[in-house]
Amino acid sequence: MTSPQETSPPLKVLHLGKDLLASNRQHAAANRARFQAAGVLVVNLLSAPGSGKTALLERTLSDLADRWPVAVITGDLQTDNDARRLAGRGAVIVPIATGTLCHLEASMIGRACEELDLTRLQLLFIENVGNLVCPASYDLGETRRIVLLSTTEGEDKPLKYPLAFKSADAVVITKTDLAEPAGFRREEARANVTAVAPQADIIELSARTGQGMQEFYLWLEAALVSRSAAAVHR
Amino acid sequence: MHEAGLMEEALRAAEQAAREAGAERIHRLRLRIGRLSGVEPEALRLAFEALRPGTIAEHAHLDLEIAPVLCRCRRCHVEFAPEDFVFLCPRCGIPSAEVLRGLELELLAVEAS
Repeated sequence: MTSPQETSPPLKVLHLGKDLLASNRQHAAANRARFQAAGVLVVNLLSAPGSGKTALLERTLSDLADRWPVAVITGDLQTDNDARRLAGRGAVIVPIATGTLCHLEASMIGRACEELDLTRLQLLFIENVGNLVCPASYDLGETRRIVLLSTTEGEDKPLKYPLAFKSADAVVITKTDLAEPAGFRREEARANVTAVAPQADIIELSARTGQGMQEFYLWLEAALVSRSAAAVHR
Repeated sequence: MHEAGLMEEALRAAEQAAREAGAERIHRLRLRIGRLSGVEPEALRLAFEALRPGTIAEHAHLDLEIAPVLCRCRRCHVEFAPEDFVFLCPRCGIPSAEVLRGLELELLAVEAS
């Protein structure tokens, strides 16, 4: 251990005040400007692994791709399984393999967009890496952020991962068809979401049975209508 | 675990600032971590231990300042420091969404020579 006193040059204190996420923020701002110019609604999906992001997208693409030109950017650690599950449903799919990185960053989205004609799209989903911690800290330039919570995960997820839920515009409670066998306490879960994320809309659905999907589409439609007005969102 | 990437960024910025100031060795890094930043201080320390060998910050101390959360009630606009992650206004009792402080993730200062 070298103490400052042993070194001959005088000690300098450099006050930097440097934001460590500044680079991501710049990329996110650039993405956001690009999305706005193209008039595309960009929805970032966050959840723990296995909450049903891909299943929700499978159903959504099958139902909506005829109506709205849609694309999906999928972030996965190692595989392109999610991208393959989503293929053949009328949407352009751009997979990003993040390797060991536990989240998507704005610069990765910027690069993935090079493979898309944004001006022809209405809707772009970003399926983030399954992880409720790290992705919450990274703004991707999205218009809306959705956090998924499945009925098999437990009602206290919002209390355990407050940052992710606090950043959500909507919380989608998935797998409602499994609520009863899982002993899911619906009111308690909703109360926890509201306590941690009072700003978030709550939508309950099952991508398997289709229950609640219409409400989800209406939410997307409302966001599409107001997307140009959603300028300085975060 | 995204702390490694953030520490890498901190070390890069610290080294650049030190060199620009004509210094050759970093003795101390001071970071401010908001309680809502999503960063674990212990993971950040671990990343620092792993990344500093071979850099001019090899023998540096890492000071982590944890910044508390400050909120504003969306109804009565009173500012308050919540006790946990449910941000209940002490006056109205309603949960608040507006966060004024606690998201910081900053390299505050570097001591170098």
